[in-house]
Amino acid sequence: MSQKQKGWKELPIAGVCWKPATEYLTGDWRTFKPVRDPEKCTKCLLCPMICPDSAIKWNKATEDIEFDYDFCKGCGICANECPVDAIRMVREEEA
Amino acid sequence: METIQQQKVLALNGDEAVALAVKQSDVDVVAAYPITPQTIIVEKFSEYVADGEVNTEFVCTESEHSALTACLAASATGVRTFTASASAGLALMHEILYVTSGCRAPVVMAIANRALSAPINIHCDHSDSMVERDSSWIQIYVENSQEAYDSIIQAFRIAEHPNVLLPVMVCLDAFFLSHTLENVQVLPDETIQKFVGKRQIPLITAHEGKKVPFKLDTANPITMGPLDLYDYYFEHKRQQEEAIKRASKIITQIHSEYAQLSGRRYGNGLIEDYHLEDAEIATVCVGSTAGTTKSVVDTLRAKGVKAGLLRLRTFRPLPVTEIVSALENVKAVAVMDRSNSFGGHGGPIFHEIRHALYDTKTHPHVVNYIYGLGGRDMPQNTIQNIYKNLQEILETNQVKRYVQFAGVRE
Repeated sequence: MSQKQKGWKELPIAGVCWKPATEYLTGDWRTFKPVRDPEKCTKCLLCPMICPDSAIKWNKATEDIEFDYDFCKGCGICANECPVDAIRMVREEEA
Repeated sequence: METIQQQKVLALNGDEAVALAVKQSDVDVVAAYPITPQTIIVEKFSEYVADGEVNTEFVCTESEHSALTACLAASATGVRTFTASASAGLALMHEILYVTSGCRAPVVMAIANRALSAPINIHCDHSDSMVERDSSWIQIYVENSQEAYDSIIQAFRIAEHPNVLLPVMVCLDAFFLSHTLENVQVLPDETIQKFVGKRQIPLITAHEGKKVPFKLDTANPITMGPLDLYDYYFEHKRQQEEAIKRASKIITQIHSEYAQLSGRRYGNGLIEDYHLEDAEIATVCVGSTAGTTKSVVDTLRAKGVKAGLLRLRTFRPLPVTEIVSALENVKAVAVMDRSNSFGGHGGPIFHEIRHALYDTKTHPHVVNYIYGLGGRDMPQNTIQNIYKNLQEILETNQVKRYVQFAGVRE
């Protein structure tokens, strides 16, 4: 959230959203970061489906999944649900 | 300049005068729930709907909370909306009052001022609307049914003004006005329709950076009233303060434009000064009590007493500059409050008037009378006693008690 914030004179009234939600980076709310072990991962694609923030994506070019750490809030659902225990939650400062 | 229009004189009570004003103002949506003494407004308006005299969508809701929510939602789509309530009904709307002003929805609401329970009471006092003074709604208090009619019409213009966009409450005294027949001069339908006009929708920057009309519309989607935390909420509230302050000038402009059609003025639209120019003693009040007080002032003036009255027409926004210049040369002022702030130092109007006069060099004595709770009558002799007490203050230059109760049995 380092961008310059608008003052009351330039802000649209009534709380009307003046930028898309995707510009509001929520990744810095995170305490634990999901880290994947590529050896264990079977690319079953369960985690992109269950991520509540759509922060796990399928990258067509690399044919692999990737985490979008700008939006991942570190809820840990992916780590909990991974059928092969390929995702660990690691403290942000230790990751 | 427009010429004064030919007007019909109808025998209407305050509620019927409000209903007629709403009918003539081309309102798209009315959502309401009945409560005494506001009921006649909605009853009368539902007759207009049933008889096909208006094209209004009339929504009968299950509570006042829902009624105001329906008006807010409809207003957010860019249409004109109206509701009416009183007492417990207004109290139930409390949450949505703030949502409505926060969403900058220009809803107009008539309040037939009624006491709050308990003990249950259906009669007039201002406890119900005074408690909502901080809700960012414009509040206009009227003296008679004629003014109720005129103010509702003006209220749509004020609320929907692109530099205001705030809801407006027009407050009329329960029974004294709501249920009392009065001769009301009524302008022709076409004149009112032309005066109120279509609701103007300003442009606003939306989430894709495009300027779009400020309304909920699937063709140009916007998001209103989202989660707004410590990083932006304060700025949005600051905007509301600016808008309600800006409203003062717009209220006087619209009031004066309307006066050119109707020939009727209520002071400058914010305050009404009655014999204040050389007054030594004066009272301040809102609502129908001003009518009785004017008659007392006339009697006192005939006896050579330099008495005056300041009637506040708009309580929000508070016309501070006008109050100060009207009262700074008065020596003793009695503020009459038809509601009490329990445990505080007097009633809500007293707080404002005394506070506004604090910085004057003249420092008039300012005292408070709480009166008329639960519809207790405010006869001329009670008001005369207040002026008598002011004369005593004038003579002795001393105030015995700052806050007193007028008309209560000891």
